[in-house]
Amino acid sequence: MRFLRALAKLPGGVASWLGERFEFEDSVMSVLRHPVPRELERPVGWWYVLGSATLGIFVMQVVTGVGLAMTYVPAPNSAYDSLQFISHGATLGSVVRGMHYFGAGAMVILVLAHMTQVYLFGAFKFPREANWLTGSLLLLATLALAFTGQLLRWDQDAFWSIVVAAEQAARAPVIGGWLASLVVAGANVGGATLTRFYATHVFLIPAAIFGLVGLHIYLVVKRGISEPPVPGVVVDRRTYRARYEAMLARGIPFWPDAAWRDAIVATAAVAIVFVLAAIFGAPELGKPPDPTNVLADPRPDWYFLGYFAVLALIPPATESIVIVGLPLFAFVFLFLVPLLWPDGERHWSRRPAAIAAVALPFIAYASLTVAGIESPWVPKLEGGTLPAAVTQGLAEPERRGADLFVSKACFACHAIEGAGGRRGPDLSHVASRLNRDQVTARIANGGGGMPAFAGSLTPSELDDLTAFLLTRH
Amino acid sequence: MNEVSRRKFLSRLTVGLTAGISAIVGLPIVGYLLAPLFSAPPDDLVPVGAITDFPLGETKLVSIRDPSPLAWAGQTADTALWVRRREQSGPQMFQVFNINCTHLGCPVNWQAGAKLFLCPCHGGVYYSDGSVAGGPPPRRLFEREWQVSGDRLLVRQQPLPTVKQG
Repeated sequence: MRFLRALAKLPGGVASWLGERFEFEDSVMSVLRHPVPRELERPVGWWYVLGSATLGIFVMQVVTGVGLAMTYVPAPNSAYDSLQFISHGATLGSVVRGMHYFGAGAMVILVLAHMTQVYLFGAFKFPREANWLTGSLLLLATLALAFTGQLLRWDQDAFWSIVVAAEQAARAPVIGGWLASLVVAGANVGGATLTRFYATHVFLIPAAIFGLVGLHIYLVVKRGISEPPVPGVVVDRRTYRARYEAMLARGIPFWPDAAWRDAIVATAAVAIVFVLAAIFGAPELGKPPDPTNVLADPRPDWYFLGYFAVLALIPPATESIVIVGLPLFAFVFLFLVPLLWPDGERHWSRRPAAIAAVALPFIAYASLTVAGIESPWVPKLEGGTLPAAVTQGLAEPERRGADLFVSKACFACHAIEGAGGRRGPDLSHVASRLNRDQVTARIANGGGGMPAFAGSLTPSELDDLTAFLLTRH
Repeated sequence: MNEVSRRKFLSRLTVGLTAGISAIVGLPIVGYLLAPLFSAPPDDLVPVGAITDFPLGETKLVSIRDPSPLAWAGQTADTALWVRRREQSGPQMFQVFNINCTHLGCPVNWQAGAKLFLCPCHGGVYYSDGSVAGGPPPRRLFEREWQVSGDRLLVRQQPLPTVKQG
């Protein structure tokens, strides 16, 4: 019994010995115990945990990423196979890759949630402008990690994503061509490309994040955690610091009075990612990265689908401006936020424009994401057939017309009774809108985004197709 | 020589030496990383097949291999092209298209029935001669320079990005 009691005291004894020998008491511990506003004891304190949760996920990404790097081969002729081995052959490989995959999505979500909370609480205002600026750089770095990580999958989607990225970079004025050459590291996506993205993903960006997180947390401690905003209490640069000092005089120590909430939410975030990885495993890779296989359907991961949709939906004339200008505007705006509005009301109920600035982009991006998932602008290239209800009972030449509707790829863009593409108008009831001459003219000449088919249909085929469409009342 | 100017000298010396270290380490690594900007783009003619491989009026997918790939390039040393045989012979004999959509570079797919190239990313459509039939593409498909040598069809290599060409 005495032995067990001594054993139970051992961890505490070791900890205090280490603390003394390493002089942690007046460095690490005193920083951890820095005072924070007493209001954080109340339930509003739950809003202050998102940064820690992001950090928890980032640490998990580093650990699982190091694990993946032990097996992944960053060479174009082996990367795909090594990932298949990690996903299907290696012990726990599917779980580790799954954690890294779901962790990436979680990190993007948490960074954005953290930023939204800080913005709506007005916590970016004086004297915490630099916290926001370092946070904005961390958002950029997180998105860059997510994008480069998708490319390391080195499947067909990844290959074409690099091509698309290079083409987008090439739209930049003056330096576009150079940027594109640097993206692909040469004349074409090939042997030199993957290793650069690999080094960027595992060394450069994480190193930048370590540095920025250090700076970000340093500023959080130095500037102090912002007090929950109160409507009507404005930030005045002349009086704020004195008011905040007075608030801290009756504050609570961050450790452990506030930190326990951070620990709970960070644990929950990591646990959710782990459970998702354990249940669903690593996402299946696409087809191998064969540039000569044109049966491709490149899609980015879900958090970039909204931007993918933008590129399909904007008018072509404005495209280069949008590709270069929109991200540039978004990030310049992000950096200007604390410089343009450093003082005044903090509470969101007194900042209706701030609510709109969060809600409108969120709604817009969510709608674009839905559009990106559905991709109605993409012709359905895979084969298909018209519903039996449409074709049954058709005589010649309508039957031949129905066959042409499928074989001449009308079907790829036009739906009839629920089957077919959604790029062009639904033709289920086209005969009630257009007469014979109009149908023929539309097929032959195209227009409104539709190609002209006069060159690919014989006159009799055109008549057959028109006859079929006129059955669609 | 007073104390302050000595300190000023020493601090300048230290900062200067640190900048020197940065330059010594930085210049080679920057040059190394920017090397792709200074390498000459590929400019060889590579064979894509015998002329008889391409029946008149048809559009076929061919693949060419980078003549000097990195040893570990694997499949990525291959590139596909669409070859259209327009005429039996003469300067209008072939059209050789990049597979890259002129919008953002995704691979276009030839639909023999509809005689159209369709792009799977954002829905670009081109006619058999490469001109735009619909969707976001800003211009017709990029064409490659080709030559007939004996009974072989040769095609000139081309770098990304396609935007800066044509």
